[in-house]
Amino acid sequence: MTTALKIAFLPLNDAAVLVAAREMGFAEQQGLSLELVRTTSWATLRDRLVFGQVHGAHMLAPLAVAVTLGLSQQPAALAAPYKLGVNGNMLVMASDFARALEPDVGARLSDPLGTAHDFAAAIGLWRRKPVIGVVHRFSSHAIMLRYWLASAGVDPDKDVVLRVLPPSLTVEAMRAGEIDGFIAGEPWGSAAVEAGLAETVATGERIWRRGVEKVLAFRESWLEGNPDILDRLLRALALAAAWCDDRANHGALADLLARPSYVDQPAELIARALNGQIVARAGEAPIASPDFMLFSREATPFPWRSQALWIYSQLVRWNMVGHDAATAAKAGAVFRPDVFRRALADSDMPMPGASMKLEGAVELPLAVGSRRGELTLGPDRFFDGRVFDPDRIEEFLAGFRAPR
Amino acid sequence: MRIVIIDDSGLRATVLEEGLREAGYDDIHIVPPRGAFVARLERMAPDVVLMDLGSPSRDTLEEMLTVSRALAKPIAMFVDQSDEAMIGAAIDAGVSAYVVDGLRKERVKPVLELAVRRFNAFAKIQAELEEARTALSDRKIIDRAKSILMNQRSLSEQDAYALLRSTAMNQGKKIVDVAQALITASELLGGGL
Repeated sequence: MTTALKIAFLPLNDAAVLVAAREMGFAEQQGLSLELVRTTSWATLRDRLVFGQVHGAHMLAPLAVAVTLGLSQQPAALAAPYKLGVNGNMLVMASDFARALEPDVGARLSDPLGTAHDFAAAIGLWRRKPVIGVVHRFSSHAIMLRYWLASAGVDPDKDVVLRVLPPSLTVEAMRAGEIDGFIAGEPWGSAAVEAGLAETVATGERIWRRGVEKVLAFRESWLEGNPDILDRLLRALALAAAWCDDRANHGALADLLARPSYVDQPAELIARALNGQIVARAGEAPIASPDFMLFSREATPFPWRSQALWIYSQLVRWNMVGHDAATAAKAGAVFRPDVFRRALADSDMPMPGASMKLEGAVELPLAVGSRRGELTLGPDRFFDGRVFDPDRIEEFLAGFRAPR
Repeated sequence: MRIVIIDDSGLRATVLEEGLREAGYDDIHIVPPRGAFVARLERMAPDVVLMDLGSPSRDTLEEMLTVSRALAKPIAMFVDQSDEAMIGAAIDAGVSAYVVDGLRKERVKPVLELAVRRFNAFAKIQAELEEARTALSDRKIIDRAKSILMNQRSLSEQDAYALLRSTAMNQGKKIVDVAQALITASELLGGGL
């Protein structure tokens, strides 16, 4: 018997694993019929999930934490047993603004710290406080942008204006001059570059080399009540993710995502992020960024609790939530490595032995303890070299308050 | 009670406004979600904001409600947070609402219920229009295929139609699809018409 599942998504490249699971038969093999519900705002995706109009959602990881902590409208305990991808974001700024930065875009992207300082200097030269589009207050994009700006002494709440708008409206807003730049998931940055409106200033992958992006989120009560369906879904997604990571499939994947019912943008633009071939300025040769977007390798989908806690630490840092042990525990518990392990126990997915790790500590590919198979973790450094120890959140936060 | 409707579609907003006025609400404003709509909304200081759930600008609006004081402690509402059927109806109809905290539920509920009914009515009209448009173009396609058959095979109009219909039935297809295939084939073969 086939089980019907409804999953809400936003038109973005990192809905890829869900799309592949449906279109390439991985879900069907597990007896699941996936209905993917296209949604144009995070608010509506959140409401559909919280009020039970869909079973699961392709959700910004920080939003899943925020909803659980009661920071985003109707509070609801959410659970994320699977990461749909890491990296994949791009900060683009109007070409006029970018003129004040390193002109060699390759050098610019490979030195995020230098570029952050150039950016800080460029703010004073700009005709107004730069208006930067972010997709949501509780997005990995906003958190990463804040982290990056602050490293150069820029106060993201005072020195720039962060304007919230959904990814699909970013290019239009650039054209209308309503924003001076934006950070969003692909293909929207590439679309702005291709239209000659903007240049790439930074890529998520260079700010945090393995940055948490979208998770697959469920209501906790539904997740607990439907272990069998959930396990089948996760097994389908793991196979779909391996398919998505395979370069040989990127052409077919880009064609799938380009369909009007999914991302509805040209396959050529979508393929840039999948292939890690980033065109930073219209007409220039692409810059190779092999880790621009990951779906499967290095156990990418594994929801490390330490990553939920890193997100939490950033919400505390920017005064979006107060810090205490109970709140931290609640935030950490949104990520569900236990469910991931149960579902994929008999699969080929290499399985980390631990549920938490230091974030930002791996400089070179590192073989680590795994319950099965070979597991190599890729470099996960933050560009400023900080390391997040989930057991020492206070100390980590104090580090940001130190005099500059 | 000041009600602001944020809507991309002028027609839907008008349908909703009309309904609200009939029900006795008279302080109603329509704001399209473009340009500096957030600043406009802030100046209006509404008690209730109604918005199309499908509008991509909902995130922008929510952010504004979080950081500004346009609505004191605004809460998103789906009519009655404890009534799951009503929430489903509101989401299906595509209605989202933000309400000043403290405004009594009994006062807001009729507004939201009315919005759900009007949004549904509007969606139904849209669907009917679409259906009518499709029916019209279907008829044109069938007419063209009929005249091809009448010319090429010297059939009467009735027989041409009967042939299309029996072919469709035999192939398990819609008449309009068979007609379309015939037109395409005829064009490829240079049959004119």
